[in-house]
Amino acid sequence: MAMLNFLKRGLKKTKDGFFGRAISMIKGGITAEKLEDIQELLLLSDVGPETSEYIIEKMRKEKGDPVEVLRNTLIDLLGIDERLKFSQIPPTVYTLVGVNGSGKTTTAGKLAWRFKRDGKRVILAAADTFRAAAIEQLKEWGKRAGVPVIAHQMGADVGAVAYDAVKHAISNGIDLVIIDTAGRLHTKDNLMRELEKIHKVISKLSSNQPTETLLVLDATIGQNAIQQARIFDKSVGLTGIVLTKLDGTAKGGMILSIKKELGIPVKLIGIGESVEDLRDFDTFKFVDALLE
Amino acid sequence: MFENLQERLSEAFKLLKGKGKITENNVREALRQVKMSLLSADVNYKVVKEFMDKVTSKALGEKVIKSVTPDQQFVKIVNDELIDLLGGKEHGLDLKSRPSIILMVGLQGSGKTTVAAKLAFWLKKKSGRNPLLVADDIYRPAAIEQLEILGKSIDVPVFVGDRKDSYKIAKEAVNFATMKGNDVVIVDTAGRLQIDEEMMKEVEKIADLTKPDEILMVLDSMAGQDVVNAAAEFDRRLTITGFVVTKLDGDSRGGVALSAKYVTGKSIKFVGVGEKLDQLDVFYPDRMASRILGMGDVVSLVEKVQENLDKKKMEEMEKRLRKAQFTFDDFQEQLKQVKKMGSLSSVLEMIPGVPKMKNIKVDEDQLVHVEAIINSMTKEERANPGIINFSRKKRIAAGSGRTLSEVSKLIKSYENMKKMIKQFGKLEKRGKLGKFPFQFK
Repeated sequence: MAMLNFLKRGLKKTKDGFFGRAISMIKGGITAEKLEDIQELLLLSDVGPETSEYIIEKMRKEKGDPVEVLRNTLIDLLGIDERLKFSQIPPTVYTLVGVNGSGKTTTAGKLAWRFKRDGKRVILAAADTFRAAAIEQLKEWGKRAGVPVIAHQMGADVGAVAYDAVKHAISNGIDLVIIDTAGRLHTKDNLMRELEKIHKVISKLSSNQPTETLLVLDATIGQNAIQQARIFDKSVGLTGIVLTKLDGTAKGGMILSIKKELGIPVKLIGIGESVEDLRDFDTFKFVDALLE
Repeated sequence: MFENLQERLSEAFKLLKGKGKITENNVREALRQVKMSLLSADVNYKVVKEFMDKVTSKALGEKVIKSVTPDQQFVKIVNDELIDLLGGKEHGLDLKSRPSIILMVGLQGSGKTTVAAKLAFWLKKKSGRNPLLVADDIYRPAAIEQLEILGKSIDVPVFVGDRKDSYKIAKEAVNFATMKGNDVVIVDTAGRLQIDEEMMKEVEKIADLTKPDEILMVLDSMAGQDVVNAAAEFDRRLTITGFVVTKLDGDSRGGVALSAKYVTGKSIKFVGVGEKLDQLDVFYPDRMASRILGMGDVVSLVEKVQENLDKKKMEEMEKRLRKAQFTFDDFQEQLKQVKKMGSLSSVLEMIPGVPKMKNIKVDEDQLVHVEAIINSMTKEERANPGIINFSRKKRIAAGSGRTLSEVSKLIKSYENMKKMIKQFGKLEKRGKLGKFPFQFK
């Protein structure tokens, strides 16, 4: 909580700087009409009808500066920033999961680049053996990051790929294994079971693994994200979210509902197509951008 | 499964109850619900606002048809308006020139490459065309390889060119097609953000060079509020000819289809419904409308039910239901009636409130199992389930090929359902529920 209060204080300072639109809207007291404008802003940012109503209700009820109430509500919803964890006993294993086209392979490449830069021994595992050329795509990222890629041929058993990668990491003193999985719609039970199998294989080799199971979410998608997070979490237990494609004009407001309903934090954001365009999530900046 | 079903049905009953005369108030409440539903479906907020203003003014003027509640009528009006808006005009491809050129454009990850291959397959199979795929996404790693692999799997040639110059690739591809006798050229371009000036210029220039017959923008059905801005900008710069909405095999409600059509006036021409290359469908406005609205079409449910159900049998059943004399014979009869209407999930989809519920899965197999179990009961057991003891259960299990626990579970569900029906009856007597929903005159 201490951290949270610190953040709130930090926000106070920027009162007049950031939050252009939202703040100028509610300066000088709130009216029903102004609240409707705020709700519009939230809805257009994909916050969704339920969560935006929750926020508006807070603004209606809570006393004090409405600007503060709005900010604090958003910050409370998102909570303290959380970072990627490392396993005490190497290797650390990250699996990237998500629906088709969310940006898993790109994120895997960027993650590999980042930790390689930080001096870690990293390998990538190509556990998407379904999508045409997914393996080639990951290999290209491996080249860019200067990181080896463990891969089988297209159509191969993905459990075996994961097994080989983690096994290789254990016997070669690798610090970090990043597993790229195939895109799958959360509604396809058989594909979700395949994902569970990958996890079973990994945890058999090395308990408490994977260290992180990250859902890669496209910031341009809407309320279906909540359902995705719910089902993936139920199936493989998510530890965090990577919110990609935030370099566009989409705001990614659905992460508020995901945190509120499922308690899953965003840990990373993708903001471009080059290797370094992956950042730690920053509640403070996110709220800024949301209300801009 | 039955616990779920009961929950859903009771929810639906609540929505279906009669409300008597239409008042501004009850339309206002229904309107609020429809609005919320559209927003949950990711229809753009501004579109929802404008669209609902129009529909409401229309609805307020209209009289309520006898035997339909104001809510039902309102939902029906909204549904009709949605179909109207989503449908209209031309949906097919307009491929006059030889070779015809189709340009695929869109945001990253929307599914352009897959749709390009699906479209090639579709044109080959359904229209007997001889397509050429062009790998003009020179940016995403392995995008070219992806298209090559897909092309090979459907036996359609893929033009790759020099892999570096997207303009040269596009131009050469058209010449290549003319030379080789390919009568349709499908150009897969890179994904791009509408605010990326450099990339938008690139695709404008590709369009300029190839003079496409069709410029199709691919939209992910899961898209949120902002994607309509992308659609508007792509249309402003390229004058697109239509949309392809992808990933509809998931459970997204696809509000983007409505927003995009509303804002640009351009039709949705195809939908992607799976990862296999033959899973491309033509667009059906009515299906999309009901998916986006997520409230089902009450009126069509009533119509469908009326058409299919044996009136007399239902009246009898209703009487028995009211007295809570519901037996396995009735259960069996009900199953038969439901089956006549098509799959249970398709019926459920028509009930308001049901599609909205998350995680609903109707296991049609389970229905078959249930039927098998009931069929293995004796006449006496069906009429008087109270007598089913352990040894009878064992016999039923053996006879139906199901497990003992499945038999027990079914009997338990039956008892629960009976209880629920009893409660409905009581509520109804006290006038809390209005008319029994499935009543036939």
